[in-house]
Amino acid sequence: MKVDLRINGASRSADIEPRKTLLDALRENFLLNGTHAGCEHGVCGACTVLVDGEPVRSCLMFAVQADGYEITTIEGLASAPGELSVIQDAFCETHGLQCGYCTPGMILAADALLRHTLTPTREDIVEAISGNICRCTGYGQIIEAVQFAADRLRKANTLRPHHDAAHHGHAERDTPAEGVLEAAEADEPVVEAK
Amino acid sequence: MKPAPFEYVRPTSLAEACALLAGDEEARVIAGGQTLVPMLAMRLARPAKLIDILRLPELAGIREESGAVIVGATTRQAQAERDPVIRASVPMLAKVLPWVGHPPTRNRGTIGGSIANADPSAEIPLVAVTLGAEIMIATTNGPKSMPSDDFFIEPMVTALGQGECVSAIRFPVWPHRRIGVGFLEVSARRSDFAFVAAAAQVALDGEGRCIDAALGLGGVGDRPLRLDMSSLVGTELDAASVSDAINAALADIEAASDLHASAAYRRRVAVTLCKRAVEQARVNASAKSAGAAR
Repeated sequence: MKVDLRINGASRSADIEPRKTLLDALRENFLLNGTHAGCEHGVCGACTVLVDGEPVRSCLMFAVQADGYEITTIEGLASAPGELSVIQDAFCETHGLQCGYCTPGMILAADALLRHTLTPTREDIVEAISGNICRCTGYGQIIEAVQFAADRLRKANTLRPHHDAAHHGHAERDTPAEGVLEAAEADEPVVEAK
Repeated sequence: MKPAPFEYVRPTSLAEACALLAGDEEARVIAGGQTLVPMLAMRLARPAKLIDILRLPELAGIREESGAVIVGATTRQAQAERDPVIRASVPMLAKVLPWVGHPPTRNRGTIGGSIANADPSAEIPLVAVTLGAEIMIATTNGPKSMPSDDFFIEPMVTALGQGECVSAIRFPVWPHRRIGVGFLEVSARRSDFAFVAAAAQVALDGEGRCIDAALGLGGVGDRPLRLDMSSLVGTELDAASVSDAINAALADIEAASDLHASAAYRRRVAVTLCKRAVEQARVNASAKSAGAAR
């Protein structure tokens, strides 16, 4: 079946068998290997991608069902080749990964959360990554990474184009909550981000 | 590719979907796919044809009518979770949704899909049975509906026939002003299948006496159960009355037993969770003033 998809802002087409999951299509047809295949039946969260900005398990969706949506994979987050997004960088800084297998899913789940709110509570973060299994870190540093990224994003002096304040109500404004100076000084992870 | 090969069809109308289903007994409906796709991956299900109803306009949307809220079958669980109409008018559904799977599965999983799947431990069927919701069904002969109590038959078995598909769920809205809900469940891990789940809704008058009470139990029987709480009407939902009503209602219930929880354990947890759910609902209702609009 011919399938037309929007992946990371680009239109891509392929001839895909109906029984092929979005996960397999991303990896095999479009060579986007950042989306990891873990359990392949909807338990581990390694294959998480964003569909219209919300996290979804790509192993629980067939590629033929995915037309008409904006699909974002881990490859679509960084601003340029060789760059990292704020969240990706935060995972590095706080050692929010070891083997890296769960990391793309964790980062995409965190990305969706931080588009809803830049002041997540610890419970919000735990809930957002509750569908993603990590067998290395014990989750502590992952939660810390998301808190750290939220803190940096709050202080960032940039426009955040993906914010959808009307839809989610509690989204932050696009002006930095605190000054650039604080951003420069924010090299310590903030444990209680509020 | 793990699933067995199948043909994928996306009909453009509900009538076409029903005709496709009626014409092929190897055909199955897919919407959110959060339960069906794992079953396909493990080859526990091998349908020859998948009929994708997710984008049918007739099945979308949440609307209010007098005394009820009608939730379209393909309403995503995540969408229902933050919907203001559901929060205001079907608070029990809003309360259980965070317990349904995880954020990524709720973004795809649908309300109608959970109903049609009829897992005895699932939260959405429990709410439907507890509140006495009506299941609206599309058939090749047009729409029909039935009470959820008749719809759920046994684990993963419903009254749906060939050529039929759940089109919406009609949740009744209580007319009273002081309504409170309670929900508790015990599972091995958060958002895993519930061994026992209890959902309660009560309405109080200005003096704190119970006008109406509904209590449902999931995970214990082979389908969600609504317990008779009529003896609580007129009481102040004191511990003794609640305890008597729950013990009487649970007396004849046969509890399931499996690897994870014995029948005796489920029964013991059921009594405790039922009491706590009613108490939670009472406290929730008491916090609302008698004069305030619902």
